[in-house]
Amino acid sequence: MKDKYDVVVVGAGPAGSITAMYAARGGCSVLLMEKDRDIGMPVRCGEAVGKDGLNGVIEIRPEWIAATINRFRLVAPDGAVVEPDIGGTGYVLERRVFDYDLAMAAVEAGADVVTKAYVNGLWKESVNGQERIVGVTYTWKGIPRKVRGAVIVGADGVESRVGKWAGIDTTTDFRDMECCAQMTLAGVHMEENACEFHFGSRWAPQGYLWVFPKRHGMVNVGVGISGMAAKTRKPMYILEEFIKERFPRAGVLTTVAGGVPCVDTLREIVKNNVVLVGDAARQVNPVSGGGIAGAMQAGKIAGEVIAGAVASGDMAELEDYPRRWEKLRGARNRTYYRMKKAVFNLSDETLNSIASSVLKLPREKQTIWGVFRTALVKRPSLILEMARTFGLKERE
Amino acid sequence: MLLIEIKPNMCDFCGCCVGVCPEDAIELEEAHIEIIESRCTNCAKCVWSCPFDVLVFNKPPKKERAAA
Repeated sequence: MKDKYDVVVVGAGPAGSITAMYAARGGCSVLLMEKDRDIGMPVRCGEAVGKDGLNGVIEIRPEWIAATINRFRLVAPDGAVVEPDIGGTGYVLERRVFDYDLAMAAVEAGADVVTKAYVNGLWKESVNGQERIVGVTYTWKGIPRKVRGAVIVGADGVESRVGKWAGIDTTTDFRDMECCAQMTLAGVHMEENACEFHFGSRWAPQGYLWVFPKRHGMVNVGVGISGMAAKTRKPMYILEEFIKERFPRAGVLTTVAGGVPCVDTLREIVKNNVVLVGDAARQVNPVSGGGIAGAMQAGKIAGEVIAGAVASGDMAELEDYPRRWEKLRGARNRTYYRMKKAVFNLSDETLNSIASSVLKLPREKQTIWGVFRTALVKRPSLILEMARTFGLKERE
Repeated sequence: MLLIEIKPNMCDFCGCCVGVCPEDAIELEEAHIEIIESRCTNCAKCVWSCPFDVLVFNKPPKKERAAA
């Protein structure tokens, strides 16, 4: 490890590792820093991802795939099940393996990696009378240290502080934070190619409960509810109750908590020589809460743009990153965020009546789009809500 | 006066609270969490968003409330 790099990446999740990999491939010297003792652990993630989210970023290896998903099972509050076919377009990953491999890919590209390195501030120096960010301060196994970096990447997740230190407001409104608890169970026998989602006030107020299959009788069962709902009911207890009812005999291999910032991307994801990626930049799909694909696509763009800026020495080039992100997913995530606000407040009655109407459709029309269209027909006021949330104001 | 208390052995170090903290008042290491008293405004957003119930909001004692 050196004491000076072109790029210092804080956080070795998918966002950080991919950014490091692309920056290193572009010719930069890169340091990838992880605060935990082990990259990819603990796995605070449902592990589901759409295939097309990974395409073009990295070649998928079979050992990353715990299950290929053909169908969703959408469970209404009254227990009615709608099963849209998604034809193998989704995966449940094995992130213990996946995150390790992504960090290894960064190393193969030339990056240095360090674990147990807790970044606790930005290293600022006065250059020609102006305060500049020249690196990060951190503790390694408790010992204070510093490292220089021309570009600092905050890939430090939902708990990101790098942005704040650089003067970007990264705070997520507590109502938009999906507060999650998840257990990985063993000894569960269910269909291996279907992801199950439960909606409604009992199991998931302003969110959903998921059951995602993995290999060998393993499943990820988790609950995510909004911070507003978590004021009065904690997801960990909801999850315990669900598992007691649904999988009373299963063994619990992992218990984790987590937070998903279900918002649109921060207005500022670059400031001077500081770049934010992944959950730190709030690049999550606000409806599904999925963050892996966005993090990796953003990491690729950020890595490429950083390499260009370092090569030319012109940090203004970093502004290409937010522009490219906006085109790829940023604008779409803003739309999804408005949709989320309308959809998450549907009552149990409305959800039940949507499900019962969809089930009356011919089987081939019971698609995700069919569910959405039925929701609009069932509850015309939803159209109004959507219109409102999409910014079409009613006339006075 | 810090009114938010962390139950030390319950925390999973997930970072939900840090993500909603408007004051950058929570230090979260691999297995260590601490509220920075000088920055905390007792807004309780961290308490609400905790997926467990690690963070608790302690109401100030009556005397102090009257004084305030």
